[in-house]
Formats: sequence, C-alpha cells, structure tokens
Amino acid sequence: MFIVNYIKEVLSAVRSLLVGLRRTGYYFTHHKEIITEQYPDNRDTLKMADRFKGEVVMPHDEKNEHRCTGCTACELACPNGTIKVITKFDISPEGKKKKAIDKLVYHLELCTMCNLCVVACPSDAIVMAQTFEHSVFDRASLTKILNNPDSKIMEGVE
Amino acid sequence: MWSLSSISNAIHTWLNETFNPTWAMIFEMVIVGVCVIGLFAVLGLVLVIMERKVAAWIQIRLGPNRVGPKGMFQSMADTVKLLVKEGMTPNGVDKFLFNLAPLIAMIVAMLLMAPIAFAKDFVMWDLNIGVLYVTAVSSITVIGILMAGWASNNKYSLMGAMRSGAQIVSYELSAGLSILTIIVFTGSLNISDIVLSQANGWWIFKGHFPAIVSFVIFIIAVTAETNRAPFDLAEAESELTAGFHTEYSGMKFALFFLAEYINVFIVCAIGATLFLGGWMPFHIGNWEAFNHIMDYIPSGLWFFGKTFFLIFLIMWFRWTFPRLRIDQLLNLEWKYLLPISMFNLLLATALAILGWHF
Repeated sequence: MFIVNYIKEVLSAVRSLLVGLRRTGYYFTHHKEIITEQYPDNRDTLKMADRFKGEVVMPHDEKNEHRCTGCTACELACPNGTIKVITKFDISPEGKKKKAIDKLVYHLELCTMCNLCVVACPSDAIVMAQTFEHSVFDRASLTKILNNPDSKIMEGVE
Repeated sequence: MWSLSSISNAIHTWLNETFNPTWAMIFEMVIVGVCVIGLFAVLGLVLVIMERKVAAWIQIRLGPNRVGPKGMFQSMADTVKLLVKEGMTPNGVDKFLFNLAPLIAMIVAMLLMAPIAFAKDFVMWDLNIGVLYVTAVSSITVIGILMAGWASNNKYSLMGAMRSGAQIVSYELSAGLSILTIIVFTGSLNISDIVLSQANGWWIFKGHFPAIVSFVIFIIAVTAETNRAPFDLAEAESELTAGFHTEYSGMKFALFFLAEYINVFIVCAIGATLFLGGWMPFHIGNWEAFNHIMDYIPSGLWFFGKTFFLIFLIMWFRWTFPRLRIDQLLNLEWKYLLPISMFNLLLATALAILGWHF
C-alpha cells in the first residue's frame, strides 16, 4: 500500500498548494481592499485605531476639572519613571486639608506606551490619546504637564 | 502569417551588397548584440517593476507609486541609483574571481538567449539541438554562483553558494526529464521544429496527461533552478543576509540581480516554447476559420504573452509559498519529482509510440 499512500500524499500536497494559490490569487484580483496608508497625503482623513496608544493625556471637562486625586498610583506603576506627581494640600472652606495634584509631570521622551499607568489609575483620570506626531526640535517640550493650569478635581471623585 | 523574416532578410542582403561578407557578418553580430543588450535592459526594468507590483497586489499593498505614472519609472530610478553607487571590492576577497562571477552569471544569461524563437522566423541562432544547448548552458549558472560564494570569503556567501549548487544540480534532472517528455512527442531538439509541431494545438493540450504533469514538474524545477522563492535557499534573506551576493554592491550586485530576472525570462520562454507553443498562435485542430483569425495576432505578441504568463505564475508562487528547508528541498526532488517525472516520461513514450497524441 506504499504506492497508494505516496499518490495520496502527492495529491494532498498539490491540493494544499492550490488552496494557497487561490487565496493569494483572490487578493491579486480583488485589488480594492488596500491596507496601505499613504500617510502624509491622507493626513486629514487618517483614522487611528481605538487601541492605538500615542501618549498619556488627562481629559478635562468644560469646567476645567479633571478626575485626578493625586494618589500617585500611576507614578508607582510606571516602569521607567515617566510620570512624576507633585501634590499639594488644598484647604477646604471648612478648614480641612485635602490632598490634590499641583502638577502631573509626564516625560513623553521616556514613555514606552505600555499603558500600565492607565490601568493602575483608580479614578480613570488619565487615558491614552491617539496622537503620534511627537517630533519636536527642543527636548524640553517633550516634558508635559498633564493638568491644565488652575484646574480642579471634579466633584465626587475621591 | 506575417513574419519578421522580410526585415531581417532585407538587412542581410543590404549588408552583403554594401560590404564584403566578413564585415557583413561582423555588422550582423553587432546588431544582434545591441538588440540583446537592449532586450536585457528592457526586461530587467519591466520584470523588476512587475515583480514589485505583483508582490504588492498579492499582499494587498499599493507597491511603488511615486516615480512616474503609477510608479512605472521606479525601476529606472533604482537602476540609476545602482549605476552611481560604488562597486566595492572588499579586502579579503579573491579579487579576480570576485569580479569575474557577476560577468559569468550575465554571460550565461546572454548565451541562453541565442536559440530562443522570439517570433516567426526570428531566431538568433537556429541550431538543431536548441533544447539541449539551453539545458547544457543553463547549468553554467551554478559556476558563477559558486564562484561568487567562494571568492567572497564569507561564511554566508559560501553557504548560499553550496546550497545553490546542490539545488541546481538536483533540479536540473527533473527539468531535463520533463523537457524530454516533449522531445519524445516532437522527435526533434530544434526549437523551430518544436514550435512548428504545435501548429495544430499546443503540446499541453495535445500531450494529454503526461504533458500536463511534465509542465507542472517543469515549472517547479525551473523555479528551483532560478533560485526563486519558495526555493530561494541560496539567498534566503532571513538566514544568510543575501547568500552568494552578500558582499556585492553597486553594479556588480545589479548584474546578479539582472541575471536572475533574465534567467527567469529564459526558462519561462523555454516553457512557453515547449508546452504552450512558443510564437504559435492558439490553434484548435482543423478549425480553419478560428485558426485564421488567431493568425492575425502577431507571433511575437503570442510569444511574449505566454512567457509573461509563465513569469507571472512564478511570481505568484514566490509570494504565496514559504521557503523550503534544505532537506525538504532535496526530498521533494529525489523522492517525488524525479520518480514521478521518470514514470511520466515512460508514459509519454508509450503514448508517442502508440500514436495516441493528436
């Protein structure tokens, strides 16, 4: 039965090769679904994927309020010291001291976009943005302060 | 059928009337040489852009699209780049062999052009053992490759060259046997005779099952012989950087690159001649009217159409199949292709003796 197995083997090999050829032949003849992004040309219509991680930002609402409590969980989670949380103490009207952020310093030039800070944040204060054109002439401008000036923590976020 | 022989005969008689026969001969040789070099340049440009476009379309990309209309001048720009680059000869190499190897690869490709019938009555050298000549000369390619690999004084180059040697030597057998199948049917090694024998139908249709099997084996074997993926172990970018031409740069590299494409063209031309009728238009048996209409398409167009179809087939293989390992490569040849083609040759001989082919 050697010869039968041999012929079967040859035929199955030919069939599997034809399956591959059919697939690539399909791609060759259906020349519409192009995956190439002609980047600088399609800059206006470019649509980034949701999962794309470009840089860490802190969203603010229209009242210039963010959700960051200054807990430094992101700073602790960051593997290469990209985030530095500088806290201050607000004095509430009742005279109680409350911890809040003064500045959340983010070094884009150190960031590896690992997303660990976003995962670690208990109050969802920081998210990954989809921007990717980060090149600048001055390295200092890569050090960003994520909270807007005079921004406050949102009501109800503890 | 319209043929180019009137033009060539006119040039021949004019040269013989104007000069003495020796000078006429030399002038004819010069004209042929210039034509071949021109064809080489054009083929190199066309095949490179074709390969890149086919690759891009198969991988759902766009391919080169910046230089010229739809990127059609990309290969010209690349050629200019290669021409102005420095042709380096590294320190440790065997200088003579290192510089000779690309020329050998190129000269072999040039020699192979000689017996190919490009159109009706349009052959450089209509010798009576054309097919034998092609199979014999094409094996000199391996000397150029081995020379390049050895002279480079580089492990990767040598490994690529050795692999290429093993590959070409073994795949020549099944390529030769599949060619023999057609020779058995035609009873002639002359390429013009082989083409003329297909006036009432191409061998792939006339030769029944054996012709189809030998066509498939021929295509596989020549893909291996020209060192193209999935048999590109000699270059194997991911393992050996570039195999035998790792150390080459500038125009010397370009000569290897060009020789590869010219070899692809030549083996496809041979395949088209043997199996698909060369310049012979598509004829069906005794359908006079149909055959007559087909004759209106120029024979050169038929030849190049068939050749480029086969080239496309080989490119399609390249961008579909993964590279074989060296043991798989030799298994495929010695355990599968060679026994099958031997048995196939036997079958074809029986068919030819019994006269069962059309």
